[in-house]
Amino acid sequence: MSETLLSVKNLEAFYGDFQALFGVSLEIGAGEVVAIVGANGAGKSTLFKTIAGQIPSRRDAVTFAGEPIGGLRAHDIVRRGVALVPEGRRLFRSLSVQENLQIGGQAGRKGAWTLERVYGLFPALRERRAQPAAELSGGQQQMVAIGRALMSNPKLLLCDEISLGLAPIIVRDIYARLPMIVAEGTSLAIVEQDIVQALAASTKVYCLQEGRVALAGASQSVTREKIAAAYFGV
Amino acid sequence: MSAQAAHIETATRASRIGVVAIALALAALAAAPFLTDGANLSLLAQIYAYLALATLWNLLAGFSGLVSVGQHAWVGLGGYGLFALTIFGGLHPFAAIPVAGAVAALAAVPVAGLLFRLRGSYFAIGSWVVAEVMRLAASQISALGGGSGTSLPVRVVASIAASRQEREFAVYWSALALVVAILALTIWLLRSRWGLSLRAIHNNELAAVSNGVEVARVRLFVYVLTAAGTAMIGALIFLQKLRISPDAAFSVNDWTAFVIFITVIGGVGRIEGPVVGVVVFFVLRQTLADLGTIYLMMLGLVAILVMLKAPQGVWGLVADKWGVEIVPLQRRVIYAKSAPGEPASARKEEPKP
Amino acid sequence: MDWLNSIVQGVLVGGLYALFAAGLSLIFGVMRLVNIAHGDLIVLAAYLALATTQTLGVGPLGSLLVIVPLMALIGYTLQRFVLNRTLGEDLLPPLLVTFGLSVILQNGLLQVFTADSRKLQAGLIETASIPIAEGLSLGVLPLLQFIVAVAVIAGLQALFYNTPMGRAFRATSDDPSTAQLVGLDNRHVFGLAMALSLAVTAVAGVFLGVRANFDPSIGPARLIFGFEAVIIGGLGNLWGTLAGGIILGVAQAVGAKLDPGWQLLAGHLAFLFILAIRPQGLFPRVQD
Ligand SMILES: Nc1ncnc2c1ncn2[C@@H]1O[C@H](COP(=O)(O)OP(=O)(O)OP(=O)(O)O)[C@@H](O)[C@H]1O
Ligand SMILES: [Mg+2]
Repeated sequence: MSETLLSVKNLEAFYGDFQALFGVSLEIGAGEVVAIVGANGAGKSTLFKTIAGQIPSRRDAVTFAGEPIGGLRAHDIVRRGVALVPEGRRLFRSLSVQENLQIGGQAGRKGAWTLERVYGLFPALRERRAQPAAELSGGQQQMVAIGRALMSNPKLLLCDEISLGLAPIIVRDIYARLPMIVAEGTSLAIVEQDIVQALAASTKVYCLQEGRVALAGASQSVTREKIAAAYFGV
Repeated sequence: MSAQAAHIETATRASRIGVVAIALALAALAAAPFLTDGANLSLLAQIYAYLALATLWNLLAGFSGLVSVGQHAWVGLGGYGLFALTIFGGLHPFAAIPVAGAVAALAAVPVAGLLFRLRGSYFAIGSWVVAEVMRLAASQISALGGGSGTSLPVRVVASIAASRQEREFAVYWSALALVVAILALTIWLLRSRWGLSLRAIHNNELAAVSNGVEVARVRLFVYVLTAAGTAMIGALIFLQKLRISPDAAFSVNDWTAFVIFITVIGGVGRIEGPVVGVVVFFVLRQTLADLGTIYLMMLGLVAILVMLKAPQGVWGLVADKWGVEIVPLQRRVIYAKSAPGEPASARKEEPKP
Repeated sequence: MDWLNSIVQGVLVGGLYALFAAGLSLIFGVMRLVNIAHGDLIVLAAYLALATTQTLGVGPLGSLLVIVPLMALIGYTLQRFVLNRTLGEDLLPPLLVTFGLSVILQNGLLQVFTADSRKLQAGLIETASIPIAEGLSLGVLPLLQFIVAVAVIAGLQALFYNTPMGRAFRATSDDPSTAQLVGLDNRHVFGLAMALSLAVTAVAGVFLGVRANFDPSIGPARLIFGFEAVIIGGLGNLWGTLAGGIILGVAQAVGAKLDPGWQLLAGHLAFLFILAIRPQGLFPRVQD
C-alpha cells in the first residue's frame, strides 16, 4: 500500500451535547480514492467537516502528511493541502463563476491547477465564467464547487455527495473527470449515496453507521451483502 | 401523566423568601421620608427612576430583541409633555404624568410603524434619529423656551403641595409607586402568555416567525408600553427637577447610555439585572463621580468588559453559580406526590415557540 | 439664484455625508456589524489630524498621509482584539460594545482636548471660489471635498468588484463558514474591512475638521447622517449611498433656507419620509 497521507484516529465529534462521531479511525494513502458510505445521518458529512476544520477535534486525532492537524481552523487546514467540496456546493452567490474559482486559488498554494486547467477539466464553465454562480445548472454548479476546491491545489480532496440532486448522465460525466484529478497527484475521498458508483470509483471503502466505522475494506473485495449489513447494522 | 395531578407553580423557595424580603423593604422605603433628609430622598427618587428606565429597556431589548438606543426620545417627550400639559393645559402635575404617558403611547404607534421597517441593528440607530427629531422639535417650541428651555411656573409648583417638604414627599412617593408599578407590570407581563411569546422570539426568532402576526403584535405592544412607561418616568424626573431644556430632556448619555450600562452590568434579559445594575451604578457614581469624564470612560469600559467576558451580567453570574432565582419566569410544573409512578420533582415547562 | 446656490451647496455637503456613510455601509456589508462609535471615530480622526498638523507643521490634506494609515491600523486592531469577539447570532453584543466605545471615545477626547471647538486650518483654499454665474459660485474646498468623496466611492467600488480583497469581502459576506473552507480567515478579513472603513473615516474626519468647527460631542450626529444616507440610498449600494448623502445635504440646505433652525430637522424628516414610502431605500442592490 502507498504511504499514508491522512490518518484519523479515534475521532470524536460533537454538535453541542450531541455526539455524532464515536472513535472513528481511517487512513487515506497518497494517490488513493477512498469512498465513505453510510445511511443518512451516519456521520459522513460530520467526518469531512471535522477533517476540514469546521468542527473542532483533538489535535492528534487527525494527522495529515505527518503533522497533527486536528482542531486547526479551517482556513489553516486548506493552506496545508486539504480541500473540501461541501455538501450542497455552497457557492458564493454574489461572485461570478470565475470569481468563485479565483477565490479558491487565493489560499496561495502552488501546483498544477490553474484557472486554465480547471476550464480544461470542465469546459462548460469557460463560456459561463462571467455569470453569477447561482444562475448555473446543478451539474455546472457542482463543477464550480470542485474547481474552486482544486484551485487551492490540494493534496487531498474531500468530496461530499457530489452527485446530490443531479441527473445520472451528469453524475457519470463528473465521475469521469475524477481520474484526471488523481492523475495530478491528489488523493480523493468521496462521500456517495450510490454504492455502485462509490465502489466503482474507489480503491478502498469505509462504511459508517451511527458515527462508527462498521466496515472497511478494498472496494473490489467487499460484497453488496456485507455493505448492506454494515449500512443498517442488521 | 394525568393532568389533574399536576399544578403549575411559579414560585421557588428563594422567591418565597424574596416576597417577604421585598414586602419589608417596600415598607421601609415608603417610610423613608420620615427617616431621612431631603438630599437622600432625592437620591432615592433618582434611583427609582433609573431602575424603572432600566427595567423598561430590559423588557424592550433583553426580552423582546428590540435594541433601542433612543429611549431618551420618550424620557424627553414625557418631560415636555408634563410641562406643556401643566402650563398650557392647566392639568395638575400628578394628573399630567399619566396623560404624558398616554400621549407617548399614541406617538409610539406611528414611530414603531416606521422603525420596525429597519432590521436589527439599524433599528437601534433609527430609534436614535427619532430622539434627535424630538429634541430638534422641542427646541422650536418658543413657548417652552426654545433651545434654552424653561422652568416650571411657580403656580404649577405650588399646586403640587402646600410646602416644599410636602412636595418632596409627594414626588418621592409617586416615584416609588411608579417604579413598583412598572416592575410589577413587567413581571406580570413576562409571566403571561405574551411573555412566553416574547421569550420564544428572543430564543429562536426563526421558529417564532412561523407565527409572524403574533410576533409583530407583541413587539408593537411592548414598544408602545415601554414608550408610555418611559415617558411617565421622564415626566416625573422633570417634575423633580422643575426645569427642562431640550438638551437635558433628550440627553442620550443620561437617559440611554446610563440605562443601558445599568442593565448590561446587572444582567440583560433577567428581571433582577437592572436592580443589581442600579445598585452598582449608584455606588460607583457616589464614589467616583468626582472623576468626571474618567468616570464615564470607566463605566463604558466596565460595560464592554461585562459584555465580552460575562454577558449574563453580575446577577447572571450569581444566579447561575448558586442557582437562585428571585423572580422566576419559567413556570414549573409540579406533579402531585399522589400521582402513581410520577416523580414528585419539578420539571421546567419549556416555552413553545 | 439664491435657491440654486443653496441646493448646490447642499449637493457638495452631501459628498461629505456619503463619506460618513461609506465606512458604515462597508462593514455592515461585510460582517453585518453596525458600529455605533462610527461618528466618534470620525471625530477622533479630526482630532488626530489636528494634532498632526500642529506637531508636523503640515496642512490638513498633508496630514492624510499620516491619519489614513493610522486610522486603518486602529480599525484593524479594534476589530481583531475587540469587535471580532462580539460577532454572532445575537445582535446585542456588537451594539452595546460599540455604544460603550462611543462613550469612551467622547469622554476620552473631552479629557485630552477639552470641550473647546476646534478647526483645521487649510489656508487660502478655504476662501477660494470659482464663479459660475451671477450669484452662484462654487467654493474650491467644498468642490474638492465632493470630488474626493466621489473618488473614494469609485475606489471602494473598484476594490469591491475588481480585486482579490474585494472578492474575499463579498465571499465572507455571502457565507462566512464556507469562506473559511477556501482559506479565508474571517478574523483577518473582518480586520481588513474595519481597517478600510476607518481609512475612509480618516478622510471624512479631515474634511469635517476643515469645513467647520468640531468638538468631542458631535460624533453621534455624524453617525446619524451617515446612517440616514445609507438607508436613503439603499443597503449595499455605494453609489446609492452617495445619492443618499446628496439628498440629505440638499434637504438640510433647503430647510436652512426656510428657517435656520430647521436645517437638521429637514434632513431627518426627509429620511423618515423616504423610510415611510420606500423602506428599502431609493436604490437597493438587486438581490439574486
Ligand atoms: N448542525 C448540526 N447540529 C446538530 N446535529 C447535527 C448537525 N448536523 C448534523 N447533525 C447530526 O449529526 C448526525 C450526523 O450527521 P451528518 O450530517 O454527518 O450525516 P451524514 O452521514 O452526512 O448524512 P446525509 O447522508 O444525510 O448527508 C446526524 O444525526 C445529524 O442529525
Ligand atoms: Mg451528509
